Amino acid sequence: MAADAPARAAAPRFRKAGAGWGAWTVAAAVAAFLLVFLLVPVGLVIFTAFVDETGGLTLGHFANFFDQSIFRESFFNSLIVSLGSVFFASLIAVPLAYLTVRFEFRGALLIQTLGVLPLIMPPFVGAVALQLIFGRNGSVNLLLDEHFGFKVPIMDGLIGVTFVESIHYFPFILLNLVASMRNIDGAMEESALNLGAKGFRLFRRIIFPLAMPGFLAGAALVFVKVFDDLGTPLVMGVTNMLAPQAYLRITSVGIDDPLGYVTSVLMIAFSIFALWMAGRVTKNRDYATLQKGGGSLQRRRLNGWESLLAYGWIGLVLFVVLAPHLGILLMSFAKVWSFSVLPDAYTLDHYANVFENSQQMIGNTLLYCVLAAGLDVLIGTAIAWLILRTTLPARRWLDYLASIALAIPGLVLAIGYLRLFKGVDLPFTDTPVVTSWVLIMLAYAVRRLPYALRACMAALQQVHVSLEEAAQSLGATRWRTVRRVMVPLMAGGMLAGFVTSFITAAVELSATLLLTSSESNAPMSYGIYLYMQSVSGRGPGAALGVLAVVVVGVGTWASHHFAERTRTPERAAS
Amino acid sequence: MPRFPSLRPIAFSLMAMALGAAHAGTVTVVTSFPKELTDAYKKAFEAANPATKIEVLNKNTTASIAYIKELPAGQRPDVMWASAPDAFEVLARDKLLTAAPEVKNPHTPARIGNYPINDPQGLYYGQALAGYGIMWNTRYLAANKLPVPKEWSDLARPEYFGHVAISSPSRSGTTHLTVETMLQGEGWDKGWTQLLEIMGNCAAVTDRSFGVPDGVNSGQYGIGMVIDFFGLAGKYSGFPVEFAYPSVTAVVPANIGLVTGAKNADEAKKFIAFTLSKDGQQLLFDPKISRLPVLPYADLKVPAGYPDIQAVAKKAKVQFDSELSESRYQVVVSLFDQMVTFRLKELQAATKAIHEADKKIKAKAGGAANAQAAELLKQARGFAYAPLVGQDNVKNEQFLELFRKNRRDVAVSKQLTGQEELWANKAKSNYAKATELAGQAAALVK
Repeated sequence: MAADAPARAAAPRFRKAGAGWGAWTVAAAVAAFLLVFLLVPVGLVIFTAFVDETGGLTLGHFANFFDQSIFRESFFNSLIVSLGSVFFASLIAVPLAYLTVRFEFRGALLIQTLGVLPLIMPPFVGAVALQLIFGRNGSVNLLLDEHFGFKVPIMDGLIGVTFVESIHYFPFILLNLVASMRNIDGAMEESALNLGAKGFRLFRRIIFPLAMPGFLAGAALVFVKVFDDLGTPLVMGVTNMLAPQAYLRITSVGIDDPLGYVTSVLMIAFSIFALWMAGRVTKNRDYATLQKGGGSLQRRRLNGWESLLAYGWIGLVLFVVLAPHLGILLMSFAKVWSFSVLPDAYTLDHYANVFENSQQMIGNTLLYCVLAAGLDVLIGTAIAWLILRTTLPARRWLDYLASIALAIPGLVLAIGYLRLFKGVDLPFTDTPVVTSWVLIMLAYAVRRLPYALRACMAALQQVHVSLEEAAQSLGATRWRTVRRVMVPLMAGGMLAGFVTSFITAAVELSATLLLTSSESNAPMSYGIYLYMQSVSGRGPGAALGVLAVVVVGVGTWASHHFAERTRTPERAAS
Repeated sequence: MPRFPSLRPIAFSLMAMALGAAHAGTVTVVTSFPKELTDAYKKAFEAANPATKIEVLNKNTTASIAYIKELPAGQRPDVMWASAPDAFEVLARDKLLTAAPEVKNPHTPARIGNYPINDPQGLYYGQALAGYGIMWNTRYLAANKLPVPKEWSDLARPEYFGHVAISSPSRSGTTHLTVETMLQGEGWDKGWTQLLEIMGNCAAVTDRSFGVPDGVNSGQYGIGMVIDFFGLAGKYSGFPVEFAYPSVTAVVPANIGLVTGAKNADEAKKFIAFTLSKDGQQLLFDPKISRLPVLPYADLKVPAGYPDIQAVAKKAKVQFDSELSESRYQVVVSLFDQMVTFRLKELQAATKAIHEADKKIKAKAGGAANAQAAELLKQARGFAYAPLVGQDNVKNEQFLELFRKNRRDVAVSKQLTGQEELWANKAKSNYAKATELAGQAAALVK
């Protein structure tokens, strides 16, 4: 490789890495991974949508699908809820990101960490806790009814789903936007200031447009995630949306209805279309800026009433988005909590129960999620590099393929794994693959890969290629350039990807349920589900939920802290 | 060549060190039952048989079936233990259950009411009994000044509008049995009318069976239609809830069975026998579990105030016919989803309009206009609460056959989706018509 470098330096304009055999190898490895752990297993399952009872190919099921008005209605409901959620999630996330990145703000780190917590809404407990706070007879409505004589039905129907999805998924936008605002070159802002742009105009014309890749990456994730989300509509009793329709048809006892799989196929297709659209918007623009470093955007002080307003707004937002966690916390200490603003009495028994019975689950969750998120960042960076820095043909397809995972119901992926790896033993052991935890970890990695991928893509888009050109002109090999220049410069985005993958994997449930083959292999989400199936399990379930939130929250805080510290020397140097 | 470091070596070493294979002497139990129940049995059994370890795998019924089906023989779990009889039917049909007559307890009666406790083919065995009834939150009823409901028909009354919850029969085997019980108890047409009237009062149709008792315990819903142990466990765990059996109820068993191709069939049989033994049955009285044993109460120490299921079964008006239930299963759940689950909003609107018109008419009795209003209201009820499939149709073998055919056949699927589409549209337009008629009736009352 070193021999290439002088030739390249001599070229009039830096050639992209081209389609060298290094690039081919990386592409082949990524493609093989996606093929074995995503496409083939899923194909084995959704094949059902395309065959009739004799095994012949047919598109008849699709025709039947479009004849049903309930599906058309479901499609539009899903679309409306997804767009609504993107809008409200942006309303929450953009001010939070802007305020904490751009201003001298006490507790900015704390706010950014707290702002991520909603993603760690453990399954079932989160929804139950939200019902206890905002539900028709939740604390807020009981108080309103007592003092003002009315209730706010915010947890009903499509509005309720939009509300819950917005406060659940806005961190996708927050995380990506913060990462990308930190990457903006301070010189851009200074030039704008010199030319007289100030305040909102500066934000609207300079900062927000430059942070666009991050915002779009987040918004596309929110859209697709909400479009495919199953748990929230189901728990809230809304069935007229696509994901619940597919689920209800696939999982009813004893039926194997092809229309369920048709719905899955259409959801996958539409999600890819949405991501493709988001990709198109940023495709032909240049977001890269030359200078890097967290300190490069100026941080300003807020004056008296401004900071009052800012803190007030942040306080309100945090109260709403953290309400589920408050609810879980109360539940975990509550003896009986029924039709009252607060629980009747408190106890520590639930925690004692959990510590006695479920310690191993905490360790399992950490192990699986760290491995899965690490794998995700590795593959995400590889794909981002292939797409943005090489000219391999059809390289964008790696992105589209990996993104399919967003739209695959966990249940479908899990059934696919069980079918594909039936009878296969782990290398060097007698243990069947299907009963090992490796499959759980891989399912997490595949399902959460799109998050890390979006973050890595956004990060690399913001690194100007001339920095790498400079390194190569100075004689660095391509691998060394990647390792010493590209990766450090996109570290913030990679970290955001790691964190998102890690924390969302920690609360994954649908694939976990099917792939968990023994209690010693079970992660926390499985334990929470288990507890939440019975009356006396609510307290311990909530306690385990709190522990999950604490463990993942500490992990997130630590990685932010780490990111801040690695940033400091750069600032001093610049 | 410069290369990305591979995670594979790390993954391999981790695999090698972390895999503890299930050793001999382990019985794996797949169950949809809650942890308290399985923990109690695991502890008691392991104490009595120190050489055997019980590994519990908790999955919901659907996932359990998929899990057993997808694994090759020899690697399957040993025991399946769940409520829904249809799950066992599915496993039996796919030859995934093995008969083990030696596990049976001779003291277990052959029948509860008219229902056989053990599978007539001998593939699975009744382990606990369950009846269906009404649970309510006492604080909720007090706050909303609602009387305590006693019969299913009470739930159709206007004062309960928006206070009732049920789960969907297509999702919950136990709810399907509740619905089928009402249909068998009242007859098809009358049963559906009553069911639809109650559903019009529903605040929610939940996806999980446990969603209903959970909502009633926490006070989100006032009244739930549930299986008995959900209500009893809430009550004995200290929640302000009560449970009662209406006179139209049926008592059916929850089951346990040996999986074909199990790793450890001998010890699995021992475990099954233990759950059916006197000691195993006694465990069901734990307040956190609160289930009803299959053994006669004379053999056991029964806590005071515990419902006497044998008496309930004797009093129960319905002699549950499981063959009839099985034969029309698809029609019932599919019709319910199209008329109720997917159209709950419209049904609620129609019911609300009907309740309002009814109130107005009752407040001002007499007069020609009111007679006309009463007639309109009657029509509105006819539109809202008539089943879309008649008594004759559901006895028609050809019609039922359609629902049993393979949905992978495009033509069958087209016919079925056409049928469902017809129901969906008809239900929607009927509810709209009922709302309109009830509105007219209300406007007529002077």
